[in-house]
Amino acid sequence: MEHEVKSSYWPAPHRIVMALIAAALITYIAISMRWEWLPGYTEQIAQGLWRTLWLLALSVLFGFLLAIPLGLVQVTGPRPLSALALGFCTLIRGTPLLLQLWLLYFGLGSIFPTIPEIRDSFLWPYLRQAWPYALLTLTLSFAAYEGEVMRGAFAGVPKGELEAARAYGMSPWQVLRRIWLPRAIHRALPTLGGEVILQLKATPLVATITVIDIYGVVSRIRQDTFLTYEPLLLLALIYMILAGILTLIFKHFENRLPVR
Amino acid sequence: MESLSVLQSNLALLALSPPGWGGNLLRGLLHSLEIAFGGYSLGLLIGIAGACGKLYGGPVTRDLLATYTTCVRAIPELVLILLLYYAGTDLVNQLMTSMGRPTVDISGLAAGIFVIAVVQGAYATEVIRGAIKSVPAGQLEASRAYGMGGFQSLRRITLPAMLPYAIPGLANLWLIATKDTALLAVVGFSELTLETRQAAGSTKHYLLFYCAAGVLYLLVTLISQQLIRMIEKHARRGLPQES
Repeated sequence: MEHEVKSSYWPAPHRIVMALIAAALITYIAISMRWEWLPGYTEQIAQGLWRTLWLLALSVLFGFLLAIPLGLVQVTGPRPLSALALGFCTLIRGTPLLLQLWLLYFGLGSIFPTIPEIRDSFLWPYLRQAWPYALLTLTLSFAAYEGEVMRGAFAGVPKGELEAARAYGMSPWQVLRRIWLPRAIHRALPTLGGEVILQLKATPLVATITVIDIYGVVSRIRQDTFLTYEPLLLLALIYMILAGILTLIFKHFENRLPVR
Repeated sequence: MESLSVLQSNLALLALSPPGWGGNLLRGLLHSLEIAFGGYSLGLLIGIAGACGKLYGGPVTRDLLATYTTCVRAIPELVLILLLYYAGTDLVNQLMTSMGRPTVDISGLAAGIFVIAVVQGAYATEVIRGAIKSVPAGQLEASRAYGMGGFQSLRRITLPAMLPYAIPGLANLWLIATKDTALLAVVGFSELTLETRQAAGSTKHYLLFYCAAGVLYLLVTLISQQLIRMIEKHARRGLPQES
C-alpha cells in the first residue's frame, strides 16, 4: 500500500524491461522451437480440456455436497459418526492421491470382474471404464479436504445466532437450513477458491489410469512427436490460464459477498 | 477357515525377504522419506531467501519472486516434475558438454529432491513471508534501538519470533512433501508408490499392496503430526495461549 504513492499511467521502468525480456523469450520459444504439430492436434486438445473441466466441475460439486455432512457431524456428533468422519478425513488426507487412485482402479478394478453380481448389473458398462474411478477418487479427495474446512466453518458460526434461531421456535432442521449452513458456507467461501485450484492441479493424475484429460492428450503428443519440451510448455501455459480464470471467477464472487 | 489361510498366504507376500515384497516396500518408503526430507529442507532455504527477497528486496527481485511463486502455484506438480526433471538434467548435460566434459547421469534422487524443493520453495516463501509480517513491529524497533544491524535482527529476532506463526503452514508443507514424492513414480523413480505398483502388478494382489502402502503413508503422516505438535508446543512457549 505504501508503495502506491503515485500511480502513473505507465508501469514502472523495470517492469517494462522485464516485460520486454519476457516477450523476447516467448518469441524465441515460438520461433526456434517446433510447433508444426499443433494444428493437427487441436481437436484432441479441446477434447482433453473439456474432460479436465468436467472432471473438475463434477468432483468439486459432489465433493462439496459430501463435505457438508462430513463437517457437520464432526461438530454435532453423534460420536460414532463424528469419529467415522474424522477417520475418513485423516485417511484421505494422510495418503497420496496417486495411491488412492491406483488403489481404486487397479485394486477394485481387479476384484469387480470376479463378482458375478456386479458383472451382471447395470453398473458394469460404467465400471469397465476408467473415468468413474477417477471421478470417485477426486470427489472423495475434495470431500476430505473441504470437509475439514467445513468443520471449522460450522464450528465458527457464533453460538448466539443459533440460540436466537432456536428461541424463534425453529426446529433443528430449520436452524441448519436457514442459519447454520448458509453462515458456514459464507465462512468457507474464501478458502474455496484455493481448494478448487488445488483440485485442478490434482486432475492430471487421472491420466495414469488411462483417462485422456488434457495432460493425457499432451502425453500422447509427446509419444507421437518425440518432443520433450514443447508439449509440456503448452500444457503449463494451459494450466496457468485455467488457474488464472478460476482465480478471477472466485475474486468476482468474493467481491460480491457482503463484508461486515 | 479358508479365509484364514488366504489371509496367511497374503501376509506372507508382505514378508521382508523375498519371495515377500515387504523389503521392497520399506526400501521404497526410505527413498520417499529421503526425497521428502531433502526437498523439504532445500525448499525451506529457498523459502527463507524468497521471503526475505519479497519483503526487503528491490522491485526487480520482488517481481521475479512473484513470477516464481505464481507460476509454481498455478501449474500442477506433475507437470512441473516432468518439466524440471527433463529440463534440469538436460541443462546440466548441456553445461557439461559446453565445458568439454562428458555428460553425466543425474541420479533420480538428486533430480527428485531438486524438483520437490522448487515446488516447496514457492509455498514456503508465502508461508514464511506471512509469518515474518506478523512479528510485532515493536520487537524489531526494539532490536534496532539496541543497535542491531539488519542481518543481526533478522537472525536474532525476526526468524525466532516468526516461528510460532510459521509452524502450522510449514507443517502442512511437510505433509504435502511426503505425499508429493508419490508423483515421482510417474517419472519412474522407485519410491514407495512405484514399488507398490510393481509388487502389486507381479503378484496380482492389488488391494493388499496398495492398502499396505496406504498404511505406511498414513503412519508417516500420523507420526509427523505428533512430532509437529511437540515442536509447536515448544515454539509457542511464552506466547499468550490462544485456542
